[in-house]
Amino acid sequence: MGVSRRDFLKLSGGTVLVASLGVNLDPAKAYARELRIKNAKQTTTICPYCSVGCGIVVYAENGKIINTEGDPDHPINEGTLCSKGSSVSQLVNNDNRVQKPMYREPGGTAWKEVEWDWALDRIARLVKDSRDKSFKTVSKAKVKETQPDGSVIEVEKDFVVNRTDAIAHIGSAALDNEECFILQKLVRSWGLVHVEHQARI
Amino acid sequence: MTNHWIDLKNADVILAMGSNPASNHPVSMKWIMRAREKGAKLICVDPRFTQTAAKADLYAPLRSGTDIAFLGGMIKYILDNNLFFKEYVVNYTNASYLVSLDYQGPADLDGLFSGYNLETKKYDKKSWTFQKDENGLALKDPTLQDPNCVFQLLKKHYDRYTVEQVVDITGTPKDKLLAVYEIFGSTGKPDRAGTECYAMGWTQHTVGTQNIRTMTIIQQLLGNMGIAGGGINALRGEANVQGSTDQGLLFHILPGYNPTPNASLVDLATYIDKTTPTTKEPRSVNWWSNRNKYITSYLKAIYGEAATKENDFGYSWLPKTDVGQNASWLMIFDKMLKGDFDGFFAWGQNPACSGANSNKTREAMTKLKWLVNVNLFDNETGSFWRSPGMDPKNIQTEVFMLPCCSSMEKEGSISNSGRWAQWRYKAVEPIGQSKPDAEIINELFFKVKELYKKEGGAYPDPIVNLSWEYGERDAAGKVKHIDIHAVAKEINGYFLEDVYDMKVTPPKLIGKKGDLVTSFPSLQADGSTSSGNWIYCNSYILKDGKEVNMMARRGKDDPTGLGLYPGWSWAWPVNRRIIYNRASVDPQGKPWDEKRPLLKWNPTKLAAATGKPGVWEGDIPDGPAPPMGTEGKFPFIMKPDGVASIFGPGLAEGPFPEHYEALECPVEVNAMSGQRINPTIKIFGDKMDVFASCDLRFPFVGTTYRVSEHWQTGCMTRHCSWLLEMQPQNFVEMGFELGKELSLTNGETVIVSSARGEVKAVAMISERFKPFKISNTTVHQVGLPWHFGWQFPEDGSGYDSANLLTPNVGDANTMIPESKAFMVNVRKA
Repeated sequence: MGVSRRDFLKLSGGTVLVASLGVNLDPAKAYARELRIKNAKQTTTICPYCSVGCGIVVYAENGKIINTEGDPDHPINEGTLCSKGSSVSQLVNNDNRVQKPMYREPGGTAWKEVEWDWALDRIARLVKDSRDKSFKTVSKAKVKETQPDGSVIEVEKDFVVNRTDAIAHIGSAALDNEECFILQKLVRSWGLVHVEHQARI
Repeated sequence: MTNHWIDLKNADVILAMGSNPASNHPVSMKWIMRAREKGAKLICVDPRFTQTAAKADLYAPLRSGTDIAFLGGMIKYILDNNLFFKEYVVNYTNASYLVSLDYQGPADLDGLFSGYNLETKKYDKKSWTFQKDENGLALKDPTLQDPNCVFQLLKKHYDRYTVEQVVDITGTPKDKLLAVYEIFGSTGKPDRAGTECYAMGWTQHTVGTQNIRTMTIIQQLLGNMGIAGGGINALRGEANVQGSTDQGLLFHILPGYNPTPNASLVDLATYIDKTTPTTKEPRSVNWWSNRNKYITSYLKAIYGEAATKENDFGYSWLPKTDVGQNASWLMIFDKMLKGDFDGFFAWGQNPACSGANSNKTREAMTKLKWLVNVNLFDNETGSFWRSPGMDPKNIQTEVFMLPCCSSMEKEGSISNSGRWAQWRYKAVEPIGQSKPDAEIINELFFKVKELYKKEGGAYPDPIVNLSWEYGERDAAGKVKHIDIHAVAKEINGYFLEDVYDMKVTPPKLIGKKGDLVTSFPSLQADGSTSSGNWIYCNSYILKDGKEVNMMARRGKDDPTGLGLYPGWSWAWPVNRRIIYNRASVDPQGKPWDEKRPLLKWNPTKLAAATGKPGVWEGDIPDGPAPPMGTEGKFPFIMKPDGVASIFGPGLAEGPFPEHYEALECPVEVNAMSGQRINPTIKIFGDKMDVFASCDLRFPFVGTTYRVSEHWQTGCMTRHCSWLLEMQPQNFVEMGFELGKELSLTNGETVIVSSARGEVKAVAMISERFKPFKISNTTVHQVGLPWHFGWQFPEDGSGYDSANLLTPNVGDANTMIPESKAFMVNVRKA
């Protein structure tokens, strides 16, 4: 990954304390940090909130995130983070996260948990039914056409459009580039033209 | 951003107007403060004394919605005081171009431009063109004296924006206004750099695009475009909103800013012909003349081997809008309210709180047959059927809540505001049954495709022909899991044949079949290359026989000392860190500013590719051609004329920005002209589309904004206990004067209302807002964050969204809603 713990420690909390206390606490601080993240797997990530693109080092142990810190090697944030960036572990370690697909039936008053396969099969069915009954192969449009004598007149013609106007999609700037790319492939393959996301608002 | 975050340190003057970086992009302040440590001045212009204002050398208040008046006055100041950078303006902009003699502007037509059609509310732009010579080249007057040259027309247009007039409109104290003009105007010298940072404070207006354009005119006049420490910088609100826009998740663009096809573009040849800009100017690069290569390579990427020359590379499989159809956000919810849609995907987004006029958005969703909400958390959109005031029993929508996982539970890239695509690694497995969005997309793709294979149905061609080569398949032929690297490489693109450069003899091999394309100049229009998104071509390359993910790089070298960090991650296009950088040098290729040389033309050094003398040193240049003063090319390579547009005929409401009031405003008359509001905006006509201007029921100007501790609708922050604890509740800020007038005490609960709805908030009374003196009357302004919603905290203590108040009226070009200027009332709860 390129961030060695040594590099990280060199630039993290310990050295800041030196400046403020005038006492070198580096070894003690480094030792304390060492204990906490001793067996942790380090990965780097980029903050999912605003668009500055700050680097974060994520420490995980036994499949659980145990610590996150600003990436000291990152040239933009140089190890610093704002309140949101400092709290990213709460996006994962969070009881409010939805952990199973949920469904609310027409007229229903509560969510109920469902299986992924059931939910996806049902959505696929709804996409197909809505698409099939609404699919527009051609659309009429008025266009200007030059006549053999050079005059231009407006004529109504059929144009191939191959689309559905019965399904709309919004989202998302919260997805990775690769996901955005395959998502626009998917919704356009279904024939959607009502495709939008956060950039419009 | 034309520049990037670290580059803020190179500026002499930073104007934060339409943005509040200290609160909303906190780490960016590090670079602003570093510039200040070297003597730079930070100016903050905002209706409210923000956290950025607290750190600024100069703060100037203005009433929401009056930025064009404020900046128009600055243009006049720059011209009157001869502060513009003449050599830059003459050589690198269209200031010298002669405009059609039929052109007339607001000075002649009481606020309108020539060509307005009252019935269609649109302009015929025939007269907004340049006079041409017999070869089709624009006529120019490099002395800038011709009364119909752009420079003189600009002067005439902004001559009306006198200091007195501007103060009367904006409410800015005269001394503050002049101080801003003087300090920012000082950056017109070749060795001075001024930059501008904007965000939603500029875009969310009916004149949003023109707000930005006014500033681009200033930056052109001062020679601040393309230089280190300069530029126009959109501080984007979301981690990957740059990337999601680049990847074409909008109705009007495909990946890489190729326009979506409409019905009249009947085949690929017509699409290319009609959407490719042309120029007669031999020294303009006119980069978009490569459209044919980029669209063909896109079609090859998405349809793979199914796309052939014979079937027009599958062009007919792409859905087409009607001619002139606008399928943007506000239109979607307007149609949804009318019952036009069966189904709706809200994917990683919370429109029930983020869309203007949320009551309309929420009501619209009740008309759906089905809704799919994909998110980390439940939110006001997925649970719209149990919103306050709704009876779930009467709502017949089937709703699905699909749990995706967070960015730390998967792998992939995101692009920041500075166009840096940075790679993120998976730290832990997705929690519970949550899945990466890519896996949900994969499942839906195969499930729908299977149904079509089994049952047939309406036009299955685009579905069954979609290429999906993203990893190992199961027995049924389904990709088991998406290999994100395979997608990243598809976006970059491949040579599908051995490709030769036929311009040299003997033809030289550019790329071998099956290899990754190294960068977009190698893309072809004959189907021999693929590239899902041409601007990301070069992000995943073949180097010394190995595939290299450029976005994952962590090199820390900074050879220019300007903070470009060319070895850290990867920036589009082709790792160029500052775009339009050819404008940072004089016509001979010598840096305007020797202290901050971004590029330099070295006429003697031999170019590696050609063996000929002459190379650019520094940042990756905007194209390898020599500088324009030698035998080279003009600097603004994306513009058909090769120069920047002071006169910009492309926008809906005019070639020069003109001040119009917000749709909802506190003044009966626009002090500039008889045209009160932007004459080209669309106003919706449902009973839920209500607006109130100069209405005694809603006497105060309202605006919305954000705080550091929350993000957007709060879905990803309200559910996090640490952040919610710091900012638990909706609030409304107002000045002491208004607090007193309404007999409110700090901390008491109030109700803020507009013509469209109301929301509870805690009154926060401080001197951060001051009353404005507008045309001899006093105008109060209030502001609210838009982070809150009824769904969480579950006890409702956070109150609801400020977007219940905002008007669903859009900018005439982008249709971005006017959430930053509207009229409200405040009363005790």
